[in-house]
Amino acid sequence: MVIDTLKCVGCSDCVVACQTENDVPIGYCRDWITERVDGTYPNLELELKSERCNHCDNAPCVRCCPTGASHIVDGGIVLVTQDECIGCGACIESCPYDARYQHPDGYVDKCTFCHHRLEKGQLPACVSVCPTKCMYFGDLDNPNSEVSQLLKNRKYKTLAPEAGTDPHVFYLT
Amino acid sequence: MQEELFTSGRNLPHIDPSLEIWHWPISLYLFLGGLSAGLLFFAALFYILGKDKEYPTAVKIASIVPPIALTLGLLALVYDLTHKLYTWQLYMTFRIESPMSWGAWVLLIVTPLSFIWTFSYYREVYPRLEQKLQVFKKFKFLNAVEKFAQKNRIYMAYALIPLTLVLGIYTGILLSAFNARPLWNNAILGPLFLVSGLSTGAAAIILLSKNKLEKHTFGKIDLVLIIVELALIVHMIMGYYAGSQVQLEAMELLVGGEFTLMFFGFVVLLGLIIPAIMELIELIGFKVPAMVPALLVLLGGLIFRFVMVEAGQLTRFLY
Repeated sequence: MVIDTLKCVGCSDCVVACQTENDVPIGYCRDWITERVDGTYPNLELELKSERCNHCDNAPCVRCCPTGASHIVDGGIVLVTQDECIGCGACIESCPYDARYQHPDGYVDKCTFCHHRLEKGQLPACVSVCPTKCMYFGDLDNPNSEVSQLLKNRKYKTLAPEAGTDPHVFYLT
Repeated sequence: MQEELFTSGRNLPHIDPSLEIWHWPISLYLFLGGLSAGLLFFAALFYILGKDKEYPTAVKIASIVPPIALTLGLLALVYDLTHKLYTWQLYMTFRIESPMSWGAWVLLIVTPLSFIWTFSYYREVYPRLEQKLQVFKKFKFLNAVEKFAQKNRIYMAYALIPLTLVLGIYTGILLSAFNARPLWNNAILGPLFLVSGLSTGAAAIILLSKNKLEKHTFGKIDLVLIIVELALIVHMIMGYYAGSQVQLEAMELLVGGEFTLMFFGFVVLLGLIIPAIMELIELIGFKVPAMVPALLVLLGGLIFRFVMVEAGQLTRFLY
């Protein structure tokens, strides 16, 4: 997933779309907006962006899961099998992005990149509703895909790369 | 003026503003697990050395503690799970990369072994209780179990040595394996928890022992362990100092932050330095009630787990 921080206006439409699409319990969220103001007046810089699970290649949550409930499926998406999750919280402790939470029903829950929609050939809910079209979703292994091209031509960053998780949400800056 | 403003729209229960995922049962379990590992390690070691006559508390009497402590610890662990009915999923797989998986399997072996070990000494240590309960008369098969256990004690002891070391060290690695929590993420935590577990085990033996030689020997053992533990703590703090920004921030919780009194006052001073001095004074030949340093070590070990679990969850990478 690639998110253009220069286009994001922080409207939270992605947050609401996710909550509706995935039946996220009230008071919880799988994605959220952050806002950072930096600089010396009058040269201030504002950065808005939508954050979520980074679906890391070297996912600490998958490594520490004692039951194998947290796993990486084909294509690199990190998912949790509810019936295998015991709710020990190890994955929550292990996540440098704090992107996971304990669902009121007990199991651990998080962003799935709307895996159920991808299977039908649709985009994740957050991407599909973004009014500024600042989010892009696609196959990074394909050098001709939109996301690969964006990363080739634009400057980008990832969150907490020093955590060594090889995150897969990229922010265009 | 340099401005920096940051706001996050996330406000997840138990995640923001800081993690509250692992509560007191985890700290308590880490303590009980370490204590049991220490007690069983000494029981097995002194049995293998053929010293079960000279050190009856270490081998026989104190062995009543691990089965109780492990049972309580396991109950505490399950109590802190949020999807309890699926606990059995732990035993449907073994995940070599997950310290918790290692712990779950080691506990599955060590807990029954601790029961069998204690049971094999039951009639010898508690003859009066047996006279009252007469379980061996009521359940004839127990005679066979006891015989089997007594015959295989040496094999149990050989198995317990590596198993208890894994158990003791895993309680630390469980925390240190999380790179997302900078306070936990240092390689010394495993050995530190192991040594602390062995030290609390030795202290518990001193506490339960009525034998002068035994108290004296375990006083010496405990003193050495405390010195090693202090060295490891110095090592840990040095590691934070030499670490990255997130580790420096994590260390501030212990050094000059909100956990300073708990850590340096209760754990280091009251739980390690003072008992070490008292044990040293006793070794020189002065009379010191052995109970006091032993109790301090146990209490210090318990507080140490609470401090590490609570403080670690305050540390993170992003906001």
